[in-house]
Amino acid sequence: MSSAAALGWFARHEIRLAWREWLAMMTAGRRLRMRRAIAGLIVFAAIMHLPAYAVVGRFANLEAPLDKSALIVITSTILLAWALMLSQAIESVTRVFYARADLDLIMSSPVALANVFSVRIAAIAFTVTAMALVLSTPFVDVLVIGGGIRWFAAYGVVVAIGLSAAAVAIAIAITLFRLIGPSRTRLVSQILAAIIGAGFVIALQIAAIMSYGTLSRFAVLTSDAAAAYAPGLDSIVWWPARATLGDNEALLLLLSGGLVLLGAVMAIFSPRFADTAVSVTANAAPAHRGHRAKAFRAGSRQQALRWKEFLLLRRDPWLVSQTLMQLLYLVPPALMLWRSFAGSSAAIVLITPVVVMAAGQLAGGLAWLTISGEDAADLVTTAPLPSSQVTRAKIEVVLIAIGVLFAPLVVALAFASLPQAAITALGVAIASASATAIQLWFRVQARRSQFRRRQTSSRLATFAEAFSSIGWAGTAALALAIPIAAVISGLLTAGILAATWKISPQRA
Amino acid sequence: MNPAESALQVRGLTKRFDRLAVDALDLTVRRGEFYALLGPNGAGKTTTLRMVAGLLRPDAGSVSVLGIDALGDPVAAKQITAWVSDEPMIYDKLTPLEYLEFVAGLWGIDPEVSQASAHSLLVSLGLEPHLHERCEGFSKGMRQKVALAGALVHDPRLIILDEPLTGLDAVSARHVKGLLQERVRSGCTVIMTTHILEVAERMADRIGVIAAGRLIAEGTLAELRQQNGQNDTSLEDMFIALVDVEAAA
Repeated sequence: MSSAAALGWFARHEIRLAWREWLAMMTAGRRLRMRRAIAGLIVFAAIMHLPAYAVVGRFANLEAPLDKSALIVITSTILLAWALMLSQAIESVTRVFYARADLDLIMSSPVALANVFSVRIAAIAFTVTAMALVLSTPFVDVLVIGGGIRWFAAYGVVVAIGLSAAAVAIAIAITLFRLIGPSRTRLVSQILAAIIGAGFVIALQIAAIMSYGTLSRFAVLTSDAAAAYAPGLDSIVWWPARATLGDNEALLLLLSGGLVLLGAVMAIFSPRFADTAVSVTANAAPAHRGHRAKAFRAGSRQQALRWKEFLLLRRDPWLVSQTLMQLLYLVPPALMLWRSFAGSSAAIVLITPVVVMAAGQLAGGLAWLTISGEDAADLVTTAPLPSSQVTRAKIEVVLIAIGVLFAPLVVALAFASLPQAAITALGVAIASASATAIQLWFRVQARRSQFRRRQTSSRLATFAEAFSSIGWAGTAALALAIPIAAVISGLLTAGILAATWKISPQRA
Repeated sequence: MNPAESALQVRGLTKRFDRLAVDALDLTVRRGEFYALLGPNGAGKTTTLRMVAGLLRPDAGSVSVLGIDALGDPVAAKQITAWVSDEPMIYDKLTPLEYLEFVAGLWGIDPEVSQASAHSLLVSLGLEPHLHERCEGFSKGMRQKVALAGALVHDPRLIILDEPLTGLDAVSARHVKGLLQERVRSGCTVIMTTHILEVAERMADRIGVIAAGRLIAEGTLAELRQQNGQNDTSLEDMFIALVDVEAAA
């Protein structure tokens, strides 16, 4: 086989793997579900046009030349999309190094490794860009329908930023390998991915709160201060925004820039990819040494279970980083709370739904870890205690963790408004209990390291968990503003929970 | 034999997945016996032992562990039973000592007793240099030793092992075998599945051969030879002959 044919063959292999991974993610590994998954995806994409219309519909008639405020908003949105793609690309690169089982096979084969890894880098860029294109489709569709075909250029911008995000992610990952070694790179890069993913929005919200006392990021972006600090209208900074609006010259330059960046990264880093992969294998797990000569603890069997769960959570910064997103979103409301002491603001009401939503999502993740993510399932099942006690101990761990994390916020809220603190506490408790119950109904045995894939085991559980958290967050917000509406919202959310229970495997 | 006199008594044990995995199996293991359960892949060995250990619910039949009805009172049966699978399932983020502390806590063992026992077990399995290291960097053999130590730390009366020597080097395998024989000498009962027939030949008091979910032969090595009418044949030859006959039937 010629070198070019080998590369083509390997590219097909990579695309097939990526396709099957995606398919497995969508169908939870069950072939029979493929049709349903595709049908569900089409319905989902169609439904996504509604929120897309709500978000970007009013911008469809925007025409060049734009004023600075509009340019800032569009550029920031593109920057946010780029940050999210970068976050996803860092995850992909790390996964390729640490989780792909075929590295030994590839590296022991008689092929030119630099070429093979170039294909792999290109595959990462392709996957990241393809996913971004899929997600951006409803938004671009809305703009095209409302404002004409010039908005098709937005797809080009998505491709350009996808390519550049993948290139930067690869450069970051391999540089981290060189600087801090393979054992720390996994953790640092995954935390970095989480922070980059959420950081941009949160930073804008923090800026908005500090300056204007609102959670809206548009307050900062459309402010005079932002316009004053922004570069001139002919600056290169606005090229992405111009390209999105249909400026072909800017689009061409942007696409060329993305391709050149990716090509440079492939040329520089492909030859080193093999060395990096080897060092990952050679340093797969660092030897952590614990404290010496600690006496065994006395206590009940449930206490032993709780101790184990807390210790495992504490010792797994990777899992902590995976749940970091939810906690990061708490920073802006906490800041707003702090500011509200200086001057009373009606915006403080917004804290309650954010906190309740975060509690529900966090409880869902923790409940999966403790209930489904049991690495020594046989041991726990053969232990001499009823399974109900094992489950109870695990639920207690989730609720204690949520209590410890959210109690300070609720206590601080009590100083600002006692009724709001009470409603928030109740919302946190109900949202956490609901998310935990859903995880219990849809429990599947898995390893903790599969945490990122927990959504794939049951799409239904994932959606139910999200709707439950949103429902309780909305109910809590309504309880503060229109109590009678809160009753209706609460009943609807309880109805969702009841329906979820009715169709859950635990009940069947 | 009265169930109370045997370490394990299984009657009519049945389990069906897509096909019949265990077919109305009867099995009795005496107290203080080292019993090897042999069989080809997919014969139903692991399924049988998982039902005995309380990891699977049988479709039919009864299981008695040292006179305790394991299906009626699983907690009491589990208190005196240990299970070790071929795939060591331990916590990567715990050290071997912490893992054993957790196991002892689950079985409600006095911490003073379990701490001394845990230390001595890990040392005897050659894990002393790694007592305070997290298990995430351990080889499969080391993980298997940690899992085995976990199974023994609560001093079980019945130890069930599914391919416990998989992945162990020769020295470690000898350690494990020595440890198990020591337990048998102290009155404990060991039931073990293995594909290493020499191990069964050398260590087991009695051997059971299972195929298609049914016990097709059972006895001491001498009894099995007698049953087959071949006095100086190896266990391997006998096993292959038995399984071939069963497959042909």
